[in-house]
Amino acid sequence: MARTVAQRGLTAALVGVPNSGKTSLFNALTGSSQKVGNYAGVTVEKVSGRTQGPDGPITIIDVPGLYSMRPVSADETVAAEVIVGRAGEARPDVLVCVVDATNLERNLYFLSQLSGAGIPTVVALTMVDVVQRDRNSLDVDRLAGELGVEVVPVVAHRGQGLLELKAAIGRAVEGRRLLDIDLGFPAAVREPVFRLHDRLARAGVDVTRSEVREALLDEGAALNDKLANLPEMVEAFVEERARLLGAHADGRTIDAQTRYAWAGRIRREVLATSGQLDRRTTDAIDRVLTHRVFGLVVFVGLMYLVFQSIYTLAAPLMDIIEAGVGAVKGWVSPMLAGAPLLQSAVVDGVLTGMGAVLVFLPQICILFALIAVLEGTGYLARAAFLMDRLLGWCGLSGRAFIPLLSSFACAVPGIMAARVMPDARSRLLTVLVAPLMSCSARLPVYVLLIGAFVEPVYGAWWAGAALFAMHFVGLAFAVPVVALLNRRVARGRRLPFVLELPRYQWPRVRDVVLTVVSRAKVFLTTAGTIILVMSIAIWALLSFPRSEAMEARYRADYRALAATQRGDVTEENYLQMRSTRDSYLGQFGRAIEPVFVPAGFDWRLTTAILAAFPAREVVVSAMGIIFDLGGEADEESPDLRQALKQATWPDGRPLVTVWTAASLMVFFALCAQCMATLAAIQRETGSWKWAAFAFGYMTLLAYVAAVAVYQLGSRLGAGG
Amino acid sequence: MDSKPIAGLGRPPRGARYRVLGVRDGRVCPERLLEMGMIPGAEFTVTKVAPLGDPIEVDLGGSRLCLRRSEAADLTFERVG
Repeated sequence: MARTVAQRGLTAALVGVPNSGKTSLFNALTGSSQKVGNYAGVTVEKVSGRTQGPDGPITIIDVPGLYSMRPVSADETVAAEVIVGRAGEARPDVLVCVVDATNLERNLYFLSQLSGAGIPTVVALTMVDVVQRDRNSLDVDRLAGELGVEVVPVVAHRGQGLLELKAAIGRAVEGRRLLDIDLGFPAAVREPVFRLHDRLARAGVDVTRSEVREALLDEGAALNDKLANLPEMVEAFVEERARLLGAHADGRTIDAQTRYAWAGRIRREVLATSGQLDRRTTDAIDRVLTHRVFGLVVFVGLMYLVFQSIYTLAAPLMDIIEAGVGAVKGWVSPMLAGAPLLQSAVVDGVLTGMGAVLVFLPQICILFALIAVLEGTGYLARAAFLMDRLLGWCGLSGRAFIPLLSSFACAVPGIMAARVMPDARSRLLTVLVAPLMSCSARLPVYVLLIGAFVEPVYGAWWAGAALFAMHFVGLAFAVPVVALLNRRVARGRRLPFVLELPRYQWPRVRDVVLTVVSRAKVFLTTAGTIILVMSIAIWALLSFPRSEAMEARYRADYRALAATQRGDVTEENYLQMRSTRDSYLGQFGRAIEPVFVPAGFDWRLTTAILAAFPAREVVVSAMGIIFDLGGEADEESPDLRQALKQATWPDGRPLVTVWTAASLMVFFALCAQCMATLAAIQRETGSWKWAAFAFGYMTLLAYVAAVAVYQLGSRLGAGG
Repeated sequence: MDSKPIAGLGRPPRGARYRVLGVRDGRVCPERLLEMGMIPGAEFTVTKVAPLGDPIEVDLGGSRLCLRRSEAADLTFERVG
């Protein structure tokens, strides 16, 4: 039973080429009502929002920017299919095509491809203010006359034209106003299209002339597949194509030439301008920002700023969140004192898990605010231009720089930032290697081990050098990994790198705020949920099995210890060590100890590594527990350093030599012990397969490298 | 302008002006270049070369495009200035 349009409201798809001002218009129309979802089965985000039109609510879908309705990448395919109502989505009631008045030809080229869709259309003309500022006049009525649909000038950040646009949307649907344009294809094309259309009609195939033309000019067009069961029609197409192309270059060239000729004619007709639009300001800025020396200097400076912001600026905010979670724990914990299991579940499971989620928010918000500013000004495209050669040779692209750089602070915002890449393939590559960058969570591991085993033996200079070197271990492995993945794993065509360098603009506060809010929401609701669930699971693995009988036995064992064995170990710390050792995780650690012995790890180090699955830095407190010091030990703790130095294998050999320390650090440099990273990979690639792949390859890499370091080191090196 | 067709752009100097002639024999047309307006007959000026020699920035009818030299290799051009 079909509801009327007024009841369910209209659905409008907002379409246009990249940099046309589409997102600003979307933000101005929908504001805080935005929702981010995913299209069925693909990683492309479905961003939609609602706005109130004169005749009822309008749902607006922000379709990713496209240069062409003939997509060359997976993301573009989805966008193109959403426009015409495939990809499991309802056909939109109306298309709102955003046309940038300062770049009419390319925007009209795209618009011309929408005419085949048969969906009522409205044109939102952006950057009119820029055109007028340059003392040019633009004949909007004439443009509307040429296109056959309403053209509404809008200035999104000032809210101008929004009401008119919404009213025009309603009129377009009611009046079924379709694009009506005469592209002026040459007779050599029109005639065979006419003949073929006629034959198809007689054969009972109902298609439009533009579909026939598309199929004639492009063998890859959709109609050609539909005709596969009509061999005589296939042959007719082949014949006509051969006759046509005997004289011309190729079909797609004819198509593009005709459309651009049309777009150029319209531009000359509607835009009264002495020459080209003014780019002086942009060119002046670019003389510095893409200069081969100064451009790089500014780039390095800006990237330093980005890095410092997420590394340093976020730290106090993260401390506040951690303190806040600690306060909540301190408040809740006594209330549950009567029920130790529940207390542990709530405090160490749920609250710790929530803390583990929230602690990422400062970095995510800061990074996306900076990205929104850089994107909004147009600088991101310049950064890609500068860095493309450095990153492009191995299948990444210039746009991978910010995600990878951010990953040195934390891979989670870094992986999320990979979204700035429009190409699914280089996005996947970036997401898969981003966790190899040495993030700040590895620092405690390095500080603990270097402080205990390098500094006392070799001095402060070598300790500093070792710490510095550790930051490059992951990067050194990332290069061959990318080169290999680029050939083997990342399938699919590489998107040609043709980038538009837009005019510089002031970033708009609303666009920045909405970007930050939507990224924070996406993180909390998707990756955040996964992180919380995994935190609770790890808590359970560390807390069970448990029983009063076991506790009583541990206490008896503690009392039976001779005073010399007991040393400074408190009963509570001993209890914690024993229950960790006997937990499911501890049992697993002991069971797989033989696997890690070649890397120099016994069951204690192995269990600490396993317990660090939620986050790498947890290994420090896990070692604290396992070495009888309780969970409060941190990387600066002299007791923990001492305990590590004194620990021995059952035969009395020292457990941690300098080579064990090196092996452990290399392991942590390369492993994927960070569930937040894996959750972010799952969210950004849309599949657990890639999260599992990242975990698998990194763990294998970490293991092999750790074994190599330990074996080679202990044989060749002195020390230990 | 008396100029012979050249395949790809090689290492174009800044300020050089080219006209697109067409697709090289036997090559598949780089669609994205066509769609961005690099169609036969279109003229563009090389405005910038990235610090590492690639990509290049061109002015095509008032808009600036950045493209990799390898991706221009499938087209033929003539130098017009």
